[in-house]
Amino acid sequence: MNVIINYFKDIFQGVWSLIQGMRVTGYYFFHPRQIVTQQYPENRDKLVMFERFKGEVIMPHDENNQHRCTGCGICEINCPNGSIEILTETVINEEGKKEKRIDKHIYHLSMCTFCGLCVKTCPSDALAWGNEFEHAVYDRHKLTKVLNQPGSSLKKEPKSTAKEIKA
Amino acid sequence: MSTETSTLNLFIGENDEYIINMGPQHPSTHGVLRLELALKGELVERVVPHVGYIHRGIEKMSEKLPYPQIIHLTDRMDYLSALMNNEAVCLAAESALQVEVPERVKYVRTILAELQRLASHQLWWCAFGMDLGALTTFFYGLRDREKILDIFEESFGSRLLHSYYLPGGLMHDIHPNFQKRVKEFLKYFRKKLPEYDQLLTGNVIFQNRVKGIGLLSKEDAISYGVTGPSGRGSGFACDVRKHQPYSAYDKVEFTECLHTDGDTWARYKVRVQEMWESMHIIEQLIDNIPEGDYTAKMKAIIKLPAGEYFQRVETARGELAVYIVSDGNKTPYRIHFRTPNFSNMFVMSKIGVGCKIADLVALGGSLDLVIPDIDR
Amino acid sequence: MRFDIYDFTSFTQDIDRLLQENLTPFWATVAELTIVGVVILAFYALVGLFLVYAERKVCAFMQNRLGPNRVGPFGIFQTIADLIKLLMKELIPIKHADKILFNLAPFIVIIASFMAIAAIPFARGLHAIDLNIGVFYVFAVSSMGVIGILLAGWSSNNKYSLIGAMRSGAMVVSYELSVGLSLLSIVIFAGTMQLSGIVESQADGWWIFKGHIPAFIAFLLFITASTAETNRGPFDLAEAESELTAGFHTEYSGIRFAFFFLAEYMNMFIVASIAVTIFLGGWMPLQFGGLEGFNTVMAYIPPLVWFFLKVAFVIYLMMWFKWTFPRLRIDQILTLEWKYLLPLSLINTVLIALVVLLGWHF
Repeated sequence: MNVIINYFKDIFQGVWSLIQGMRVTGYYFFHPRQIVTQQYPENRDKLVMFERFKGEVIMPHDENNQHRCTGCGICEINCPNGSIEILTETVINEEGKKEKRIDKHIYHLSMCTFCGLCVKTCPSDALAWGNEFEHAVYDRHKLTKVLNQPGSSLKKEPKSTAKEIKA
Repeated sequence: MSTETSTLNLFIGENDEYIINMGPQHPSTHGVLRLELALKGELVERVVPHVGYIHRGIEKMSEKLPYPQIIHLTDRMDYLSALMNNEAVCLAAESALQVEVPERVKYVRTILAELQRLASHQLWWCAFGMDLGALTTFFYGLRDREKILDIFEESFGSRLLHSYYLPGGLMHDIHPNFQKRVKEFLKYFRKKLPEYDQLLTGNVIFQNRVKGIGLLSKEDAISYGVTGPSGRGSGFACDVRKHQPYSAYDKVEFTECLHTDGDTWARYKVRVQEMWESMHIIEQLIDNIPEGDYTAKMKAIIKLPAGEYFQRVETARGELAVYIVSDGNKTPYRIHFRTPNFSNMFVMSKIGVGCKIADLVALGGSLDLVIPDIDR
Repeated sequence: MRFDIYDFTSFTQDIDRLLQENLTPFWATVAELTIVGVVILAFYALVGLFLVYAERKVCAFMQNRLGPNRVGPFGIFQTIADLIKLLMKELIPIKHADKILFNLAPFIVIIASFMAIAAIPFARGLHAIDLNIGVFYVFAVSSMGVIGILLAGWSSNNKYSLIGAMRSGAMVVSYELSVGLSLLSIVIFAGTMQLSGIVESQADGWWIFKGHIPAFIAFLLFITASTAETNRGPFDLAEAESELTAGFHTEYSGIRFAFFFLAEYMNMFIVASIAVTIFLGGWMPLQFGGLEGFNTVMAYIPPLVWFFLKVAFVIYLMMWFKWTFPRLRIDQILTLEWKYLLPLSLINTVLIALVVLLGWHF
């Protein structure tokens, strides 16, 4: 007799446990407000990335087209896989002295692993993270970027203020 | 019949075995793992794992990189416990340099490690459900994991591969919103976790699928080196957090989840219980993060004194050990990672024998393998 | 009878008379067959496309997603776009496959579901054929699809496919029993095997209500067993995505794959239609004894609406199962059938026989 009772008990317990699971999915079926899908291309205007989001390495320029990169090459040394190349040139400044100046700060986005060491170690805070994340291009050469804008120059200012502006 | 069609003898291997290659491209190996199965009908007679499809030579690459740059490679081993991997190298370097990291760093590292463990276990839960055919679990798990990834993204800008730690501390301080958002998440997830039980744990089909499958005895777990929740499901008390506390684990109280059955069901229960424990640990720490620096004073170029250094941490999948041999240069002479998945995976050839194909999938899911961690 | 306003019998007879007057008897038959074939074909494609869309939306909502929403408003043209894609895809020739069987298999699966549709009464007088052994016919024809699955698995010369096909064979053979017994229980109630007769017998109430608890249990058994027979839901071992990649149709591509895909959904529709016809009153409106006003209002809703609403309900139930439960293992599926469903069906049939004998039903 016990066997028979247990047999039916098993069936009822099994069916009950199945109904429990169906309650969860049924609840979500009838509560479409719980939907978490973000409709990406439509919400582009409203989509705000977090301020620390690592989209790509950028070099902030101010309104006078000036950046803070001295071309010291520390970011190049600290990059684990050679995503950064720095080309410097020697020019003669107004005082008539020879000065080493950055020519091109080349950044290979295709090789970047977003470890953040270049931004972290830059002594003059010339690099920062940009929020751009739509990096898809048809030609991979477009992923090699020159970070300093053409015609830009080095901003001459004490280091302490440089930090404040960046913050 | 032309000669082309009469090739059914191709099906049969030696000793009338039906050889099947599960992987390297297969939905339930979660990566490029290849399992060579010898079948008798539905029964698995032999499991031979083949690894190496995603070998990237992380250990060799690390020999050419200074210590801060090694960190970002460790992300790419077990990408679901990236922060714990970072922590292992950092702790090894810090102990070698005898640097005392600030209390704040220890607290933050502990909280982040537990958050990462939660995220990892959520992903495991949903993938495990999917392995067993309950596709809806996948979306519920990912939905909740998204909240943790948002917390990560706000604090350090990345969602999966963080590279957030440096020897001596953190790369930058946590976001001011961090504590608030973590508390919000805990409140949210405490409500959602019972739903997981309702949907999957209590389900009679699920229980029949996992109970008594893939029995792993304690002796086997120890001799194969199965650690983490998989080992603890067999009664092997191997929680590094408990037995060799690092960071702030000595300041919190938590229980080591142990089950002695050693089957897939036990491993499942350990992981679900660990989710509760992780939330418990975070709750103890989140309000008490001390103020202070986010990094200790470190030299610009880190050179470990010549010698051998060893550090163990508990990742979401088991014990990760880092063994560094330094000759005093800024790059390690040799670095070795003892990764948990490597030993966890090879136990499949022992416990997978005699079960059915469907069981093997459940069993593989319960071991929670991350293939890039096996190959490194 | 108050249902007479929606009688299609005279409509079909008019068409028949029209054709007979204008054509020779032979050509009239040919024309009728063509019309029926084209109508069923169009219906088949429409229902298939709609069901694929419905399934994707239902599962999306259960999973906190939106589902298809790109092609057309709310993504209603998504399945059409998918169909065009499948039509344009290459039919990959498989090396060492048994070409004849490989090409034949999808058609067998499709034809099996086609044949079953013929006997289902959608409204009074609206069915392709009204056999006096309709239940038996549907039952026999719907189990033919498994031959196609077995052939597909065997001929594609793929180890995963073969395992999937063998699983499907083992499963369908055993679940036939429960399906048959649960259908039999209503045949005992109604006293006829004619599908239209069974529907007529439910004019004053559906069998699931009239037949007390045994009829309800029979309904549950039927839904469970027929879900298994259609290789769906928690019983989808034949394809078992996470175990056998795609099971029996691993090697199929393009339109051949689409045939399997469509057949799966049509089988679901057929099973739901049978369940509706047998247990839920077919195209009969909801009737309660004693509520005359309510009954009249219900009777004015066209029978096609009733039929498809009920079918939608049963299909939703089956989708609900599929998107909630984990998959069973092959031995557990057989255990479920032989140790639980079959004994319960047998006991249930005896109970129903008793109920009918003692006249306890309404």
